[in-house]
Amino acid sequence: MNLDAGIPEGPIEEKWSNYLEHVKLVGPNNRRKYDVIVVGTGLAGAAAASSLAAQGYQVKTFCFQDSPRRAHSIAAQGGINAAKNYREDGDTTYRLFYDTQKGGDFRAREANVYRLAQLSTNIIDQAVAQGVPFAREYGGMLANRSFGGVLVSRTFYCRGQTGQQLLLGAYQALQKELNTGNLEMHPRTELLDIVVIDGRARGIVIRDLITGEIRSHSAAAVVLATGGYVSTYFHSTNAVNSNCTAIWRAHRRGAGFGNPCMVQIHPTCIPSTADFQCKLTLMSESLRNDGRCWVPRKKGDTRHPAQIPEEDRYYYLEERYPSYGNLVPRDVASRNAKYVCDDGYSVLGDQGRAVYLDFNDAITREGKKTIGERYGNLFDMYEEITDESPYDGPMRIYPALHYSMGGLWVDYSLMTNIPGLYAIGEANFSDHGANRLGASSLMQCLADGYFVLPQTIGNYLHDIYMDKVGTDHPAFKQHEDSVRDDIARIMSIQGTRTPLSIHRELGELMWEHCGMARTAEGLKTALAGIEDLQEAYHKDLLVPGVADGPNQVLERAGRLADYLELGHLMCRDALERNESCGCHFREEYQTEDGEVMRDDENFQHVAVWEWKGKEDAEELHKEALEPEALPPMTRSYK
Amino acid sequence: MKLTLHIWRQANAQAKGKLERHEIDGISEEMSFLEMLDLLNEKLVTEGKDAITFDSDCREGICGACSLAINGRPHGPGQGCTTCQVRMRSFKDGDEIWVEPFRSGSFPVVKDLMVDRSALDRIIQSGGHINVHSGPKPEPNSIPVSHPVAEEAMDASACIGCGACVAACPNSAGMLFTSAKVSHLGLLPQGQPERYSRVQSMVHQMEDEGMGGCTNHGECQDACPMEISLAFISRMNRDYMKATLIEPDQRRGKLSNQ
Repeated sequence: MNLDAGIPEGPIEEKWSNYLEHVKLVGPNNRRKYDVIVVGTGLAGAAAASSLAAQGYQVKTFCFQDSPRRAHSIAAQGGINAAKNYREDGDTTYRLFYDTQKGGDFRAREANVYRLAQLSTNIIDQAVAQGVPFAREYGGMLANRSFGGVLVSRTFYCRGQTGQQLLLGAYQALQKELNTGNLEMHPRTELLDIVVIDGRARGIVIRDLITGEIRSHSAAAVVLATGGYVSTYFHSTNAVNSNCTAIWRAHRRGAGFGNPCMVQIHPTCIPSTADFQCKLTLMSESLRNDGRCWVPRKKGDTRHPAQIPEEDRYYYLEERYPSYGNLVPRDVASRNAKYVCDDGYSVLGDQGRAVYLDFNDAITREGKKTIGERYGNLFDMYEEITDESPYDGPMRIYPALHYSMGGLWVDYSLMTNIPGLYAIGEANFSDHGANRLGASSLMQCLADGYFVLPQTIGNYLHDIYMDKVGTDHPAFKQHEDSVRDDIARIMSIQGTRTPLSIHRELGELMWEHCGMARTAEGLKTALAGIEDLQEAYHKDLLVPGVADGPNQVLERAGRLADYLELGHLMCRDALERNESCGCHFREEYQTEDGEVMRDDENFQHVAVWEWKGKEDAEELHKEALEPEALPPMTRSYK
Repeated sequence: MKLTLHIWRQANAQAKGKLERHEIDGISEEMSFLEMLDLLNEKLVTEGKDAITFDSDCREGICGACSLAINGRPHGPGQGCTTCQVRMRSFKDGDEIWVEPFRSGSFPVVKDLMVDRSALDRIIQSGGHINVHSGPKPEPNSIPVSHPVAEEAMDASACIGCGACVAACPNSAGMLFTSAKVSHLGLLPQGQPERYSRVQSMVHQMEDEGMGGCTNHGECQDACPMEISLAFISRMNRDYMKATLIEPDQRRGKLSNQ
């Protein structure tokens, strides 16, 4: 497997400009001769598709939703980072790079992260020009807030709906391109296979979710912007339809999968209390600007939180991490919530696991109105779900699966190891290493979509000029047939297990053994358990209804096959990585006070897995990470 | 909690639909309305029956995929929330509940409770955007936007595009939806160059989608999960009026041509 990342020469701050100076281009009059497929139209996909169509490429977009505006990017709440240094608090491009690298526990690719920091400021300019209504101060200037893991205020926001507003900006840009004739949109379709001919990605096979029809589309290049894969855990903050199918099927066609075990557990979510829950709801990290995490010092203290005096409260983050306090990075905050609950201090007692996130001090200090303006919609959301108002008492929160740092392996130009197949946004692995800092996923999606891919794709397209392959090529027919066979097989099992019940069991196994704390023994248990579930899936699955019309149970069943395989690989990857770093906490590798213990000598690499067919185990390849600008150091937030 | 549900079943856009009766037991108060439907579906699937088709995705009130009317009201009994945010504590043991898709001529039923709301996308396509390409842009602080204006633009831009306003309106008007986008972009300095052409093309598209006009019932505002204000409709009407009076394309013509 070729894992040459193609990192440009020169000092880190000049790599991107060096790349741009030497990249091959397609001329404006030739771009209309190239079809580009973009799958997934969330932030990254909509940004890329609209930019490419505006340049003159013939773009086709695909999404399973009825409209691109419903992609799950819309649920991102807190904000987007940019090194604007508007607050004069010492922010620079280098500091954003530094924070992101350190936040990711030095397991991301340095050159990509630096480029991300450089592009961060352009994103804000772009979004404002599109009419994104970022919060403003009274003088009319853009407002900022802070997020975890940093010592500056560099996060831009639109109330608690930043993802929504940025997505609407990208969605509107996309709708606009429909008027130019350069863009064709295929909503309510799902990618089921990637067509690779002579080593190049040449198209996709999709299922029309309304008619059930299986169709092919060919293109000069295929871009996957289909998001992350934490739905593998069943309970997560992702949307109920977010799935790993596109990236997994690409992996099965030869695309390397980077760091599958790196998934983020977000510290502040509404806890899971019943098994009927379909998902867990996130409460934005921005709440930790004003909210204080605590548990009672006495086990089983059943007093109302307001009745518990200050001296009986354990503000565990403030005490353990005095310099960052409640704004430690997500992995640290999550792990500490787990520790206090493990020790029996859960504020839900026997009913479940949770800690308090308390706004009382902030409300007393700044008034209910100011706090309401900052977090009103989040407080309302919390109250709707729990029937308790955060204005009157603390929230009860607990960590939940949220984001996947791992994903398809890509080089510096965001191309996978299959020429012509790109992965952008959360679907790729490149920028967040072992832990993602808050407010940087929106940043990465938009950097990839607006500024990176539109400028790198020409380098590939230039190369295949005039060499066209259409859907009449026999490979398309073969791929379609294999997709049809797959569906027919799923429909014919007619066993007793519903896809939902198998998915739920997979989720429990993953959360227990491949969640916040992992052990070699636990991971082996999970691997065996997943193999049993795979057998149950193939022998005893039950999918009623028909395949030639809308069938949401069939959709779920198809995605579940991929979760089962990916879940297995995630456990293998976690087992193989004999160190702790960021979110990946192997209990065997920790310091005396319970912090992660990295092993740079043996694990300073991206683990890239290669599919070897159904019967054979995946093969592990390594891309060595060679940090030059920022040598790895012990990651401390004390 | 035990409930009786009457749920709209319709095989496809052309088929004739009907209400189907289901009894469901073991519903807890903390469940969301859609989790209750998940439970019913799981029961149907186990019995080998066709599950009820409905759109949903984020399940936290922001994606706008929910398209259910509960007891005739889009998004059900809650105020300022979507169907997925409605909790079963809004109902009591023994209740009978009627569940239908959003009803509007502009939203054809696809299957069961799933509808086609592409009309809303076409309204945005017609002008709900600012014509800028990706690339270097002016420093945003060079154009100050006062706090109240930014907040009002955000109030309008909070629209999730669910279409409850259209479904709730006796005229099936798309005016709250359209005016929210017209106002969001029309309030901000970045939206000024296309302000008057935008309002015209969006209003015309809305009419082409077969949506009616506003006659001040206020049902849209009441059903809106984001509580978007009727005042935006007045704002849109004002802009539309101005646009027809001062449309730049006409102003550029010579007097003799008119």
